[in-house]
Amino acid sequence: MNLLKSREAILALAILGLLALIASRFPGFVAPANLAAVFTDSSPLILLALGQMAVILTKCIDLSVAANLALCGMVAALMNGAGIPLPLILIAVIALGAALGAFNGMLVWTLGIPSIVVTLGTMTIYRGVIFLLTGGAWINAHQMSPAFKAFPRTVIAGLPVMAWIAIAIIAAVALLMMRTPLGRAFYAVGGNPHAAVYTGISVGRTQFAAFVLAGALAGLTGYLWVARYAVAYVDIAGGFELDVVAACVIGGIAIAGGAGTVAGCVMGALFLGIIKNALPVVGISPFWQMAISGAAILIAIAFNAQSQRAPGRIILKRAEHRT
Amino acid sequence: MTTIQTGRHIPDRLTSPFSRALKSWEALLLIVAVAIFVLNSLASPYFLDPWNLSDATFNFTEKAMIAFAMAILIIAGDIDLSVGAIIALASTMMGVAMTLGAPTPVLVLLGLGTGLACGAFNGLLVARLGLPAIVVTIGTMSLFRGISYIVLGDGAFTGYPASFAWFGQGYVFWVITVEMVIFALAALGFGILLHRTNFGRMAYAIGNNATAARFSGIRVGRVRFILFLLTGLMSGVAAICLTSRLGSTRPSIAFGFELEVVTIVVLGGVAILGGSGSITGVVLAALVMGLVTFGLGLLNVPGIVMSIVVGALLIAVIALPRLWAMLRRG
Repeated sequence: MNLLKSREAILALAILGLLALIASRFPGFVAPANLAAVFTDSSPLILLALGQMAVILTKCIDLSVAANLALCGMVAALMNGAGIPLPLILIAVIALGAALGAFNGMLVWTLGIPSIVVTLGTMTIYRGVIFLLTGGAWINAHQMSPAFKAFPRTVIAGLPVMAWIAIAIIAAVALLMMRTPLGRAFYAVGGNPHAAVYTGISVGRTQFAAFVLAGALAGLTGYLWVARYAVAYVDIAGGFELDVVAACVIGGIAIAGGAGTVAGCVMGALFLGIIKNALPVVGISPFWQMAISGAAILIAIAFNAQSQRAPGRIILKRAEHRT
Repeated sequence: MTTIQTGRHIPDRLTSPFSRALKSWEALLLIVAVAIFVLNSLASPYFLDPWNLSDATFNFTEKAMIAFAMAILIIAGDIDLSVGAIIALASTMMGVAMTLGAPTPVLVLLGLGTGLACGAFNGLLVARLGLPAIVVTIGTMSLFRGISYIVLGDGAFTGYPASFAWFGQGYVFWVITVEMVIFALAALGFGILLHRTNFGRMAYAIGNNATAARFSGIRVGRVRFILFLLTGLMSGVAAICLTSRLGSTRPSIAFGFELEVVTIVVLGGVAILGGSGSITGVVLAALVMGLVTFGLGLLNVPGIVMSIVVGALLIAVIALPRLWAMLRRG
């Protein structure tokens, strides 16, 4: 418990230290308005990382989330072009994302194919489907309706809708993980699949549910992404799956499954978001970002491995705490 | 009790349906290769031209070189997703040396050296520190290519010396390209390594049960480290060939190679969870992939649609035997 606690504490300290470092040179960066902008900018990463967290907790990995996002984003833009109202588009992209995730999940569940192979394959298939849908054409800002573009940017109580969606999803996923049988099943399946089977949890079905959750969140983010940047094409969010895995790993989600918290996951995403937003402010070329997130992944796994040497994993945190 | 690093978990089944199908896997691949060859030659009159066929081998030779090393790595239960990024970094290093006026032999040594160094870095993290191979190589994938981006930004290196072009554009004899010779030598070398040496047997043993391998006196960590080194080295070789063939370096060079390399390995009948597979299968799989992409190219199918085919092939190759076994069982 101490280790789990300290991991999040260390990450929080690292984020504060990073902010202090930037603030010492550029005080404007830590102004509340700018921090809110950084949070909004990190929202897509947070949403995908929360879905990925569920998948990684169950000992799987989903490399197709960015392709899923791009496909759903393109479908949202196409539906908008066809004059379909926004609420319907939202429902459709979430359903489509969930279906794409379910396809991954079915292959993992029923055929027992390793998730890395499945999602490595579907990653290229989903991107290819965008090309088949559009013939490689772009959908640009002027082809999107004003309402479609405005929704994620609409400011309510000081924050844009995009940030509010991220906050709502963080709360919902935290509730799911801590307060529902499914959430606890994610941890149980990853912590010890054999024990999970004996307690009556279907490992495959739980993994399937994790893929559906990750897919649905990717679908929702697809719309938000396309609407916010007002452009849709085959390669949007290319390579974003690596950032998502990086956010989870930095956030202390154990890649072997069964350990990790929503708070850690969100902080992992924010850590990367702050670096991404700070680089241009500090005057470092954005081309550094890829190498920095790579290095951050490696440091984080090395660090996680150190703290996971403890025997056994904790599934019932509260029960553990009382003893 | 100290825990022993066992790489990946092996499912609690005696034989996987996949390994049962493996008995005839190479034979099946050979039939598929011949069938595609015949179909292609019927579909297009340009297919059987020796120069066209020679050109078509560039589709797979570079990837297959890496696939041989990757096959043994996967047989031993690991995986390396950073191979494309290693190519990018090795190519960038060669580009930097080239702008400083380094001659061809230095460029080649630098390419191989960078590959080895990257492989050693992966190997150190996975085999020595006991970190999971998938995440480590996802991390190094970002790190290695990230360094290329830092060096190159949105620029490119061009103007490699004329003698450097030999590796990717040269011919040894008639239509036999230099890359084909390297491909054949690599196939032979890795075939002997896997099937005729103790080292190869150790790779199988580790892939089947790393803990048991440790108890039977195999230095598991060292074997895994060497396998990462070899994969890095072959990525360096591929980087030399690819850079030489393209005559330029961009940070996006060889993007997505890891997918195609893994696909060739899996298509070749290597169990993705380790423990079984053969180099013959990988050679045949490389030929099948090359023929498929060449055939689709002759039919004017765009590259991204080919990548759908590759992705679907990867899943289908693993899914179909399992589906077949499931249907037969019940």
